[in-house]
Amino acid sequence: MSKRPASTETFDPAIASKRPKPPSGITMALERIQLEHIPQSYRVYGALFRDVSNASFLQTQLISRNPEFEYAFIDASTIVSRAHLLAAVWNAVYTSVEGNLRTPNVHSEVVASLNINNNIADGYRRWGITPDKTKDLVVVKILSSPETLSDVEQQKEAEEVWAHLTAQIEGRPVGLIDGEIAQVTDWQKVRKYYKLNGVPVLDQMKDDTEKRKRTESLAIMGMALRGL
Amino acid sequence: MTEPATEFPPPKILTLSPTHKPILITQGAEGRLYKTPSPFQPNQFCALKYRPPKPYRHPILDARLTKARISSEAKVLDRCYREGVPVPAVLAKDAAAGWMMIEWIEGEPVRVGINTWLGERPEDDAVVDTSQEDETPLIDLMKRIGVAVGALHRTGVVHGDLTTSNMMLRPWADDRLPNGHGSTSERAKAVAGDVIVIDFGLAMQSQSDEDRAVDLYVLERAFASTHPRAERLFHHILDSYREAFKKAPGVLHKLEDVRMRGRKRSMLG
Repeated sequence: MSKRPASTETFDPAIASKRPKPPSGITMALERIQLEHIPQSYRVYGALFRDVSNASFLQTQLISRNPEFEYAFIDASTIVSRAHLLAAVWNAVYTSVEGNLRTPNVHSEVVASLNINNNIADGYRRWGITPDKTKDLVVVKILSSPETLSDVEQQKEAEEVWAHLTAQIEGRPVGLIDGEIAQVTDWQKVRKYYKLNGVPVLDQMKDDTEKRKRTESLAIMGMALRGL
Repeated sequence: MTEPATEFPPPKILTLSPTHKPILITQGAEGRLYKTPSPFQPNQFCALKYRPPKPYRHPILDARLTKARISSEAKVLDRCYREGVPVPAVLAKDAAAGWMMIEWIEGEPVRVGINTWLGERPEDDAVVDTSQEDETPLIDLMKRIGVAVGALHRTGVVHGDLTTSNMMLRPWADDRLPNGHGSTSERAKAVAGDVIVIDFGLAMQSQSDEDRAVDLYVLERAFASTHPRAERLFHHILDSYREAFKKAPGVLHKLEDVRMRGRKRSMLG
């Protein structure tokens, strides 16, 4: 298989870091995530916070439907990899574009999309933020507007999101990358939630990297086949 | 595979992001296969299988059939993948819209690999003495096919359309490639790689020896007509199938019956 054509825009963190930093001087660990097959007018931002100490407060904001807290808050221990997370994000955005949301909004849809069955409450409970339990938190923010934003507007938007997140989340921001995610994954939980205990293909595998890759594929497949 | 992609409007899913033009890979009776960037894996492609609506069917029936077929294919792939049968992983699907995205498998179909190995030699094999040459790389490929089919049947799935076009040869990393130089090694590379079974559009779950034997029979017939010059090596597939699959003896016994009467179990003769 050939590489994607050179004209393709892919997100390059190295380029992003050359952009103007937020005025506060905080290094921005918020990433604009590029997804394919969704309208350009959608912007998806993601971040990972370690050692979060105010999960209860954050969950309360979600439950009270505080309009300032329109985020997908995901317990990072249930995430296998970046691709696993993005599969759920993509599904939520696609579902929203198609007008088939099963939950109140696109952010809750991200959490529900991580589930392999159609029980929405169950999805929130397992993959969502849990008071006193969630220590590491993935945050996803999805925005859309009728027109595509200019680079300057988009940068401003990202900075606003980031400023709000860092003001409200008591935790340590790190990059939303496989290396960081792997440190917080709870494999027992993942195997239970995705019904992977006793799956022959995983039991046969010795190599850890290979095993993680397979687990990622199986989780994504489980999500894609939800309800079947 | 012959007509350009512009013949058909692509499915809606491929029109949402206008930056990438999908490539139509094949056009079958039931569906189309596109190569397109993976929705959420940067710098990777995926295969999008799309079953367009059929205008001659009643819309409600059409929608129901399309949805059921996409779902059934996804289910079979999931089952195989979990059991370790070499098949592409499912990435996403919208059965109601008639599409599913699966892992893009690199490489060429097994059909192409075998034909490259056989080369552009004259049809009349008697002229060329092939008995002297080392056929090990091709025989090894046949054995890998037998193992793959054995694994598939062990899982309780019959493919329904086993041909060398419905198997991919995913290249190995360089260190697994055959050593040596010159044309011999080049030919060996053509038949190197992991065998991945694709296109489960006609697959079904079955444990019956009869269905499995028909699967093998279809492969045998397809092989003989696609690669007549390698037909005498077909038994290597069955040999490794027998080794890979505990219940193979019953299936191979049934295969004898199927050969006698053909694929259809018709009582009308």
